Parts: sequence; structure tokens; C-alpha cells
Amino acid sequence: MLFASPRKLRQAGVLSMNKRNIDYIARYNPRKYYKRVDDKLTTKQLALANNIAVPDLIGVIREQHEVAELPEMIKGRSGFVIKPSKGSGGKGILVITHVENGRFFKPSGNEVTPSEIDRHVSNTLSGLFSLGGKPDVAIIEGLIEFDPVFDGYSYEGVPDIRLIVFKGFPVMGMLRLSTAASDGKANLHQGAVGVGIDLATGKGLRAVQFNQPIEFHPDTGLKLTDIQVPHWDTLLHTASSAYEMCELGYLGTDMVLDQSRGPLMLELNARPGLAIQIANGMGILPRLQHVESLRGKPMSVEERVAYAKTHFSSSTDT
Amino acid sequence: MQSRKPFYLLVALLFILGIGASVYRGIEHNVPFLPGKQVQSWAVDAKVSFIGTGEPAEVSLSLPNDPAFDILTENASSSGYGLSVTDVAGNRRAIWSTRAANGQQDIYYKLTLVPSGKNELPATEVPPTPETTIWPATEKTAAEQVINDAWSRSANNLSFARQLMQTLGADDRSQNVELLLTGNSVTKLFVNMLHDKGIAAHEVNGLYLEDQRRRQSLVPLAEVYDDGQWHLFDVVNGKEGRPDSVLLWERDGNSVLDVVGGVNSQVSFSMLKDTRSALATSIDLMKNQDAWDFSLYQLPLEEQSLFKGILLIPVGVLMVVFLRVIIGIKTSGTFMPVLIALAFIQTTLLTGLVGFLLIVAFGLMIRSYLSRLNLLLISRISAVIIVVIGIIGLFTILSYKFGLSEGLTITFFPMIILAWTIERMSILWEEEGAKEVVVQGGGSLLVATLAYLAMSATWVQHWVFNFLGIHLVILAMVLLMGQYTGYKLLELKRFKPLAED
Repeated sequence: MLFASPRKLRQAGVLSMNKRNIDYIARYNPRKYYKRVDDKLTTKQLALANNIAVPDLIGVIREQHEVAELPEMIKGRSGFVIKPSKGSGGKGILVITHVENGRFFKPSGNEVTPSEIDRHVSNTLSGLFSLGGKPDVAIIEGLIEFDPVFDGYSYEGVPDIRLIVFKGFPVMGMLRLSTAASDGKANLHQGAVGVGIDLATGKGLRAVQFNQPIEFHPDTGLKLTDIQVPHWDTLLHTASSAYEMCELGYLGTDMVLDQSRGPLMLELNARPGLAIQIANGMGILPRLQHVESLRGKPMSVEERVAYAKTHFSSSTDT
Repeated sequence: MQSRKPFYLLVALLFILGIGASVYRGIEHNVPFLPGKQVQSWAVDAKVSFIGTGEPAEVSLSLPNDPAFDILTENASSSGYGLSVTDVAGNRRAIWSTRAANGQQDIYYKLTLVPSGKNELPATEVPPTPETTIWPATEKTAAEQVINDAWSRSANNLSFARQLMQTLGADDRSQNVELLLTGNSVTKLFVNMLHDKGIAAHEVNGLYLEDQRRRQSLVPLAEVYDDGQWHLFDVVNGKEGRPDSVLLWERDGNSVLDVVGGVNSQVSFSMLKDTRSALATSIDLMKNQDAWDFSLYQLPLEEQSLFKGILLIPVGVLMVVFLRVIIGIKTSGTFMPVLIALAFIQTTLLTGLVGFLLIVAFGLMIRSYLSRLNLLLISRISAVIIVVIGIIGLFTILSYKFGLSEGLTITFFPMIILAWTIERMSILWEEEGAKEVVVQGGGSLLVATLAYLAMSATWVQHWVFNFLGIHLVILAMVLLMGQYTGYKLLELKRFKPLAED
């Protein structure tokens, strides 16, 4: 059988794309707040104002003629990231992890010439990576020093932690590990590994690649379910407090662990994908409906995290 | 959460309105539900001839008045005569007049008729009870015997008429009937006998339509009233009811032909059966009846053909919505497939697919060079547009040189859309790899092909143009799908691992 029966999926509480769009995104995410997450520069500024840790901001290039100032900005740095402020789906993110004698290298080891970097920035400014081709600005960020706890779990790229936050409650989480197949990117549909994480403990539950359950990382061979995400409580708190910051009810938060600074908020997503359900091996719908059914006075961030840890853990779920 | 009730009410309303309007159009205006449907039509020529006496002449011919036939065209040819058509209480007559008619005169009246399917003859009002026939003394006894005999064997007006017809038309008629027939025509006698019992009935003149007949004349028929309807009896042939092939020429008891200033007048008919497109027929009829209401056929031809294309877009859009929302196929650009499908209609499918792939492949090659030039987005897109035009021009000239006339239709592709497609595919290639280009490009082409198949079906083209109500139905369906929160077909595959636990 190629297809699952819709009835079984409904019993498993799997959220579908159409239902997510109509019943969650359209209902809980007011249009006017989209700018707060679609524009990474705004997100960054908001996060800083709300005492949420984010990667260093090296500089912003807003106009074509400012591209010439790029070498000055990155001078002396051993690595940096260029991002379009309004990019979507990880498009247009250029990561330079290694600089040697004025030569730039991507995590894969491939060289990027300075003129290619300039072109990347001017492409970004002209809106190549933004939704609808609108003019954009390029953000230059400091490289994150990844916490070595994930060494061996990720191939070339950034392991990041995605949490779905519904009305301020973290409801589901996963760790995204890049692979050779995903070319260092953390998008599941490109071949990255998704590891479902137990909300109560931060421990790995199960892992998938290309929609299929796997046990070991395809490149490094490490057992994926052994993963224990450190700083788990901080991660949950940061994610939960993003709700107050951007006021979007159905939110995806992407965070990374920095060796010295701890969890950093990378970006927020008003239309988080559905693959997290596959990584967790369970539908997200029962948890969303649980939160929807909650009555009573609004809870603080601490209360919400505590509530989520007791109610949305794999051991308490049915 | 706001109530969904008004929404579903709106959808239901659109649905009912759309279906209703279409059904109305089909039934009331005889617009055929299927394209290419043929209907019969009859060309009937009435030839009036008489010998003029040199005096001023006036010829008055009754014109057919039969709900079972719609008049498509009518015209008269009669040189030297003035023609006017009078209409007194629904009773139309053609009146020819001239100052002097000498010798043999022939006047032609031609008309084209289309069966309307309304074979019943409803009475507009209850006819008055006829006065009892006064029989001549010689016939009285015979008539009474025949009438009473039939009356005793009948239950109601119609069965009485049936019995009478049998008696009058029997092979071995009774002596009474033979006696009565010496002074009366059989139809006249039939009507008189019905009147005797106070049953409304009258003589009418009908024409049996048979293909390629000439010099036919009208046959007398009788209409008998019962329960709001007139029922037709052909007493001469002993037939009851209305055959499809009978045209009632004159129904109101008036004369068929009156000639003043001429002798030996007679009218004869010739007829020809023909088949013609049901659609063209209903358009002509609408034109005749000024029943245009809301039809695109009142537009100039150029706008009509424009709308024939435009009105296909809702079908293509419906297809895209269905394939994306219900099936879950990925396309590059939301409605790009519809525009490509519109181009396919001009180019035909195979040529279109080959042409599209050629242009996009060529465009991608050139785009990969452009991407090395470090251009701004807007000028790069513009460059791609110009290049696409160049490619199209090149292919057109090449295919002309090689005598491939199919290649010439490549100009129907929307260039701006192609340029954006190339741009998107190229970025997709750089970012996600060739596999995703094939997935999305293939998805787009698949959707475009399916949209094309839907849009090029002749019955779809027929429906969207002739039954505008169908667009309300499409709108209702699109709205309804916009509320669909269930799983897409491809999600059933994607989330399959979750159903197995």
C-alpha cells in the first residue's frame, strides 16, 4: 500500500497542510504581525529588546553601493553568515566557515570568490531570495561556535532545534541534523535528519530521514536516539517567550546552541512545516487541541513551560 | 470562530443558481447540452397559384401556428406584389396585393421550421360549449343512431370521439354512416357529431411532413377539447394523437387561402428535410424571439472569440486548485500552468510540450551564463525575456525553413511567464538541485497538461460559453475547496509512517 487511509491518519492526530493553513495559521497568526518574523532584521531587533539571545550582528547592507563596504565589515573574521532579511525556507543563506589569506570557504570546503560573495549580496538586495521578489537587505552575522555536544551528529552543517510553540506553549520539538545528502542544509525535505525530542527531558525519541525511520546517522554512524539536548529548559523558555515577542499563536522557533553563549534564536517561522510530526512519530493535532481547550487566566512563560513538560512529554502522551 | 453557515449558504446559493441558470438555458432556449448535436429542420414551400382576371388582386394565406414547430426563417417571393403580414390574436396571415393580376400567378412563401418538442396543444381558454348541431331531416335519424351507438360505448369525451372515429372510418361502414357521408366530409361529420353532444371540437388543416415531397396539400384534421387540452384526430386515416411529422397550418377555423380578383386558386406545398447544428438553431431562434437575455452571442464576433478563451480560464483554475489542494502536486508558480495550458490550446499538446521544454532548456542554458554576469534581478529578468523572444523567433524561423508548420504556433507561449519560469527554475536548480527542478517543473507540466485536457474538451468549451451559469458552479467549487481541511492525496503517502504505529 502506497497510501495511508485518511481515517488512520486522523486517529493518529496528524495535522494536514490544509488544516494547518486554515485552522491554525489563518486563525492564530494575524497578518499584521507577519513582518516580525518574515523580516529577520526586525526579528533580531525585537529579540534583543526582549532579552532573547541571538547571533551577533556584524552589519547590514541596505543599498547596492554599500556592497563595497562588505570587505571592511568582515575583515579579520574567521567566518560569517550572509542572510537575506526576508528570505524564506533557508534560501540565500551563505555560510563562510573558514577564511584563509583572503580566500573564503563554505562548510563543504568549496571556495567562494569575493566576487561571488558580492554577487550574492547584490542578488539579495534585488530581492532574489525574498518572497515575491521584493527588494531586501542583507544581514551579516557572526558565525556561531557550535556546541560540541552535537559533534558527530551533524555533517558539515548547523544542527538546529525546531520547536512548535502554540499560544505560548511548546508543543513539539525536533533536532535537525544536516547530512551529506542535504548538502549541509537542515531542511528535512532536502535530506536532513530529523530527530524528535521529548519535551520533558530533551532526549531524542526517534529519527527520520527522507520520511523513513532511521537509527544511526547516515554519515557518522552515531546512534541518533542517544542524543540529549543540553540547555533544554533554556531552549523551552526562549521559545515560549517568543510568543510574547511576536504575538503569533502558531509559531516555529529555530534555535542553535552556541558553545559560549548557549541557546541562540536563529529565526522564527509563521508557517512552520509539518515534517516535525514524522520526526516525532506522532501527530501534533491532539496537543494543539489540548492547548485550545485550556481555559483560565493567561499563564506566564514559566507556567507554560512547566505545563508543557508535564502534559506534552512522550511518557504522558497517550 | 465565526459561523460557517453563511458561507455554506452562499456556496449552496451559487450552486443552485448556476445549475438553475444552465438548466433554464438548456430547456427554455433549446441550447443543446452536448456539442455537435444535430436537429432536424424542415424547409416548407407554400405555392399559391391562381389565374388573374386582370383586376386588382388580394391573396390572403394563413401562416402556420403550431406550438410543435418554431419558425426559424420565413420569406416570400412574389414579384409585383406588395406583402404584409397581419397578426390578429396570434393568428398570422400573409397578405399579397397587386393592382392588376393577369393570367397564371405563382406566389411562393418559404419557411424553415424546427421541431420544438412541445407536441401538446394546450387550450388558452375553455372553449364555449358548441351549439347542438341541427341535422337536416333526411340525416337526423341516421345521425342520432350513430351518435347514440357510439355514446353508449364510451365513458368520456375522448372515448366518445374515439368510438365515433372508429364508426366513421370502419371498412364496412354501416348504412347510416354511408348515408351521412354523401352530404358531408368525414372530418366535418365527425366534428358535427361531437358538437351534437356539446363537446367542443373544430376542424384544422395539417400538413404531413415527408422528406422531398412536392405538390402536397393540407389534410383536414379535427381537434377535440378535453381537460384543458386539444386532442388531434385524423379521422380520414383513423389515427388519434399527434405524430411528430404533422405541421398544423391553420387551427382557428379560418380559411387557409382567400383570393380576391382571381380564379382557380390553390395552394400546394413542397418540403425538404435537413439537419443542422442544434446550437446554431437555438441561437437563430433566440435572435428571432429577441430572447437574448444574457448571452455572449450578442457581442461582436471578435469579442466572442476572445471570451471563448477567457471563459476557459475558470476551468483551468479549478483544475489547479483541485490538483494543489486535494492532490497536493507542487507547481512552480501558482497559475503558471493555466497560462501554459492556454498556450497548449493554440499549439496542440505535443507541439506545446516539446516547444515548452525546448524554450525552457535553452533559456536555462543562457540564464546560467547570465548568472555569472552579476546582474541585478530586474535587468536579469528583462534579459531573459528578450532572450526568450529571441529563442521563440529562432525556433519559428527554423521550423518554417524545415517546413514544420507546427513549430510556428510556438509564438503563442506567454513570454513573460516563460521568462519567470526560467528564472525560478534556475534559482531552484542552484538552491535545491536538479532533482527539485524536475519535480516542480514536471509537476507544473503535469498540471498544465491536465488543465489543457480539461479545457480542450469540446463539451467543456461548449458548456463554459453557452451555459454561463456553470461559472457560478465553478466558483462554488473553488470556494468549497478553499475550506477543505482534510488530507491531500500525497500527504497520505507522506505521513504513511505515522499511520503504521
